[in-house]
Amino acid sequence: MIYVDNAATTFYKPDSVITAVSEYLRHPGNPGRGTNHCALEASRTVLDTRIKLAELFDCDMRKVVFTSGVTESLNTVIRGLFGPEDHVITTYMEHNSMLRPLYRQNCELSICDGSLAEIKKLVKENTKAVLINHVSNVTGEINPIREIGKFCRENQLLFLVDSAQSAGLLPISMKKDFIDVLCFTGHKGLLGIQGIGGICIEGNLKISPLKVGGTGYRSFDKAQPDKYPSALEAGTLNMPGIVSLNHSLDYLKKQGIETLLHHEQRIADEFCRQVETFPFVTVYRNPKKEHVGIVSLNIAGMDAAYVSDRLSCLYQIETRAGAHCAPLVHEYYGTESMVRFSFGVQNTMEEAAQCAEAIYRIGKEGRND
Amino acid sequence: MKKRNYLVITFSETTMALFMEKKCKENKMPGRIIPLPKEIDAGCGLAWASEDREQDMWKNYMETQQIEYEEMVEVEF
Repeated sequence: MIYVDNAATTFYKPDSVITAVSEYLRHPGNPGRGTNHCALEASRTVLDTRIKLAELFDCDMRKVVFTSGVTESLNTVIRGLFGPEDHVITTYMEHNSMLRPLYRQNCELSICDGSLAEIKKLVKENTKAVLINHVSNVTGEINPIREIGKFCRENQLLFLVDSAQSAGLLPISMKKDFIDVLCFTGHKGLLGIQGIGGICIEGNLKISPLKVGGTGYRSFDKAQPDKYPSALEAGTLNMPGIVSLNHSLDYLKKQGIETLLHHEQRIADEFCRQVETFPFVTVYRNPKKEHVGIVSLNIAGMDAAYVSDRLSCLYQIETRAGAHCAPLVHEYYGTESMVRFSFGVQNTMEEAAQCAEAIYRIGKEGRND
Repeated sequence: MKKRNYLVITFSETTMALFMEKKCKENKMPGRIIPLPKEIDAGCGLAWASEDREQDMWKNYMETQQIEYEEMVEVEF
């Protein structure tokens, strides 16, 4: 099998992660809930993971909040910060985890291409924030967060970044990129397990919580404590997820995230180079931008679902077909679906060639019908 | 077990109590994490307890380590 659906969830998880999660399950404890040895050990792991994440994202570890994933993170932040009176700017590249919470809040919404020039044109008196994904989950293009962040800071606009497809691959500094809120997930580039993610908050920004409940302290207060991280962490944390991140972050530090990025970029670029020579293939990449290891394409006259199914059934190449929960990308390109190849740590150049060869055969086969 | 006199330091957030423990372990400062005694606050939580009850020393230490605390109370625990 050739797994090229790493943008959905990374296939490779370091052995240290698998071992640590398994070991943790033999000795679980509930962090922040009392001081028995198991609870305290879990609490220490949580703290250690916050510190490692704060190092990765160059932020304050006291404001690293754990959630179930980037969808919960974005829901929390958007519901906690914005209302119908606010104008916010976002891009056509966003995932529904960004768009649907914004639609639900009835924000006044401007959609642009993510360039600073376009963003500048859209700012008005009631503009409160710019919200953008660092990397498109469909095209893999990298958005210029530092220049947008700088503009936002200079113009007193909040800057929120969805790092679902970039955390663990691209360097992110909340300070140098002027990010006010960073939402991340653990099971993609961070190489952790599913069900863990978070929010990193800069400055004194107050986000009202999506959920309230147990925090392990101030139990007689009727209101949720307002100190981060527990202000946004009601209920038991996902300890197996946090353990996985604790160890995957060590792995990433040891390997160097740039090394992993260049590995997948090289493979994706080679795949692109080959498939772009096939006259029946359209690759959806912005030539003016850099990309991570994601390549989406279509074969002329063929349903992406059919192509993806053929790839899986005939060639054991596991891709993803569809809209990828990013409807506005398809409005932009005039498509309804695409076949996405998302390369990862475990993929090789040879596999890129095999993927290209399979696309060629499927395209030819279709054209002979 | 016989009760002892401790200086108990409280924090407004669990993370800070754990950070205190980490920094104290690193710097070999005496003490340990305890459940918050009810005479300070009955609402659960974690606190730092030390038999070294020199409040000024702790105050300076936490300032140096950038650890925000809530209060210091002498308690028999």
